[in-house]
Amino acid sequence: MATLVLIPVGVVVVSSFLSPTNDIWQHLIETTLLNLLINTCWLTLGVTSGSALLGVSLAWFTAVCEFPGRRIFSWALLLPLAIPAYVTAFVALGIFDFTGPVQTLLRSWFGSNVSWFPDIRSRMGIIIIMILAFYPYIYLLARNAFLTQGKRSLEVSQSLGLNLIQGFFKVTLPMARPWIISGMMLVLMETLADFGAVAVFNYDTLTTAIYKAWFSMFSFSAASQLASLLIVIVFVLIIIEQRFRARMRYSETKQSGQIVRIVLVGWRAWSVTYLSFSVLFFAFLLPIAQLIIWASHAFTRNFNQHYFELLWHSLLLSGFSAILICCVALSIIYGARRHSNSATNIAVRIATIGYALPGTVLAIGIFISFAWLDQWFGRIIMQLFRIEIGSFFQGTLLAMLFAYAIRFLAVGYNSIDSSMQRITSNIDEASMGLGIDGFKMLQYIHFPVLKSGIFTAAVLVFIDVMKEMPITLMTRPFDWDTLAIRIFEMTSEGEWEQAALPAVTLVLAGIFPIMMLMKKTEQ
Amino acid sequence: MLRNYFDYYFTVIFCCVTLFGTNVVHAEQIVVFSARIEQLIKPVFDVFTKDTGILVKFVTDKEGALLARLKTEGKNTLADMLITSDAGNLWEAAREGLLKEVQSETLEKNIPDYLRDPQRQWFGFSVRARTIVYNTQKVKSSDLSTYEDLADPKWRGRLCLRTSKKIYNQSLVAMMIAEHGEVKTEQIIKGWVHNLAIDPLSDDTKAMEFVAAGKCDVTLVNTYYYGRLIEKNSALPLAIFWPNQTSTGVHVNISGAGIIKNTRNERAAIKLLEFLSSKKAQHLFADLNMEYPANPEIKPDPIVSAWGNFKHNQMNVAITGELQTTAVKLMDRAGYR
Repeated sequence: MATLVLIPVGVVVVSSFLSPTNDIWQHLIETTLLNLLINTCWLTLGVTSGSALLGVSLAWFTAVCEFPGRRIFSWALLLPLAIPAYVTAFVALGIFDFTGPVQTLLRSWFGSNVSWFPDIRSRMGIIIIMILAFYPYIYLLARNAFLTQGKRSLEVSQSLGLNLIQGFFKVTLPMARPWIISGMMLVLMETLADFGAVAVFNYDTLTTAIYKAWFSMFSFSAASQLASLLIVIVFVLIIIEQRFRARMRYSETKQSGQIVRIVLVGWRAWSVTYLSFSVLFFAFLLPIAQLIIWASHAFTRNFNQHYFELLWHSLLLSGFSAILICCVALSIIYGARRHSNSATNIAVRIATIGYALPGTVLAIGIFISFAWLDQWFGRIIMQLFRIEIGSFFQGTLLAMLFAYAIRFLAVGYNSIDSSMQRITSNIDEASMGLGIDGFKMLQYIHFPVLKSGIFTAAVLVFIDVMKEMPITLMTRPFDWDTLAIRIFEMTSEGEWEQAALPAVTLVLAGIFPIMMLMKKTEQ
Repeated sequence: MLRNYFDYYFTVIFCCVTLFGTNVVHAEQIVVFSARIEQLIKPVFDVFTKDTGILVKFVTDKEGALLARLKTEGKNTLADMLITSDAGNLWEAAREGLLKEVQSETLEKNIPDYLRDPQRQWFGFSVRARTIVYNTQKVKSSDLSTYEDLADPKWRGRLCLRTSKKIYNQSLVAMMIAEHGEVKTEQIIKGWVHNLAIDPLSDDTKAMEFVAAGKCDVTLVNTYYYGRLIEKNSALPLAIFWPNQTSTGVHVNISGAGIIKNTRNERAAIKLLEFLSSKKAQHLFADLNMEYPANPEIKPDPIVSAWGNFKHNQMNVAITGELQTTAVKLMDRAGYR
């Protein structure tokens, strides 16, 4: 299974050897390569650590503490997930740029010299925007960890004489580590693969260089070599993480029936509320407000029957892929569990590497693999039945779903696998001793523990698929547009107002699964 | 129990139909791969279908992705035609052997030499002019003259540019290389970079907004972006200037099309190409996006005509493809991001 998923990534790596690209490399080394690497490093470091800081702290506040507005924030803080990063980036630039309303207003107050205003077109600017777009991955997973950790662990730490803060750093945080690391891996890969947001800021990274080599210098080989470099970076990180993880054992303490929250009072409570609100404001309310304003301008022109079709297509694809990817992720995780050795573990982790590749590069890798499959299948049919079928697989929804599975396996895998860490082999043995095995064990022992992880995975995949563009563009059947494709068409011509309506619809469609998930985990 | 199995059975059938049911091919139809977006091509195709009864199916995507897809599909491709929004990618498609030579007197009559491939593999159907837009409150039009002049130190801190990653800028620089050679062009581009008021921006509209807000005084844009921005806010202090009128002329690119080598509907595809060069289609194709018709017989949209006549750079647009890689490298060396 893991190898199957790896084929498209393999295609990318192999095509990097197909034709000589010395001149392009020489050119890159002489001009921009160093700068690209430094930029990429800063961006990934900044975004990953920033998202971890923000995601984990917000998760802890909403999962363990009590403060004004907690109930609303606990699900609302997930909403930014439904807004594509490049949309957040574009809106933020529109508002805080030199030409935006904020700086224009300041200029009208203080005269032309407002150079003290922080320049949003900077490395810090793009890092903050991407943190705001990606922190929900970590928030969701860490919250999941804190909620299922049970109160006992904190009680134990208190009985050991640790205060609340010590308890957090010595007990709660280390116990949530698999979740947090999984979330950080997702953010890291998403950051490396991002093209939209960095393009809006004209911030050069490895990914922009990949597209430049491919589209501007017409060299797919050079592009895939750069992409292979990206793969190597992620690969090394995965190995390091695996090393760390191998030394850890996690188990679940029985949940005490009632979750007793730590009630924050006074300035502490309000500063948490303030923090949550400002994150929500900048990451969700502001972009969505701008989108709604634009959408209302273009509403009469754009809204018609066709819209429900777009929405329906998006929902259909997201729903099917959420199910498919959860199933694939589960079977891979069980497979790795059955034959647990470091080689399988690493192979399985590598299968998720597709997430770190720039969308279009992976899309073409997938497309090439499918074309081979079609040709091979066509030949077999030809020999058996003497009929020519042309393309059988390409341009079908099934092909699309497989493509999504390859791209978003990491999302499903990372979410579920962290829950799986809780089920130790002792539990399996004990339940077998009690005569519960096979399917029954899955049903009664594993599923209750994995449940929240599976739901989390399904929601993340659902929303990610809905936002996805390159694979959708390349593998969709004729006349089969989705919301994301409409957004692509409008934004590629710079028509942001017209892109707003599908974008708002996409966000709204993403809110329902998020609410459902929250209901499930709150119980 | 038995009913359950029936349910499963029907579910499986249903899924198969939804999942595979999209590959049905109709008789008289052509398939277009287009980098020009749906809103700009569908109205044209609709008229074509009404006139000829030939159905047009299309998928849109970025140029690079479409080319890669065509290459991968090889002779299995369903595509009959490729439409792009620049000449460079058509040139690349021809170089990769994806396109087919088309013999058509209609096309040769309707489309001027410099807007089509000398090997007849692709044809331009609308003209996109890249010109200077300036702030009318800060710059007199008499101060402006050529693209090259924007490298002059008098523009220090007064220039805004879109990123060099955009093909329109790559094409412009490719043309300059063809005219001046690499050494001189590199000096000009370095001059531009030196004169920048801020780092290059992500799109033409943004660049014009910065000019209007007074952060810089001049920029280079495709005219239809100017048209769209002014349509929304006519009060902006922006105006178009046609550069290089006493020398080579304004740099123009095309949105164009070619027929796929492995087409199975060549006759219908040629029909569509010829239709695109006709009066009826030229109006639609260009006017939908405030571009200029490629057929010189056809007048542009009244809004577009109001910007005035100008001399085109008559060098064949194929050169933008040929020198694109050189141009990209040159801009990297000059520090133009």
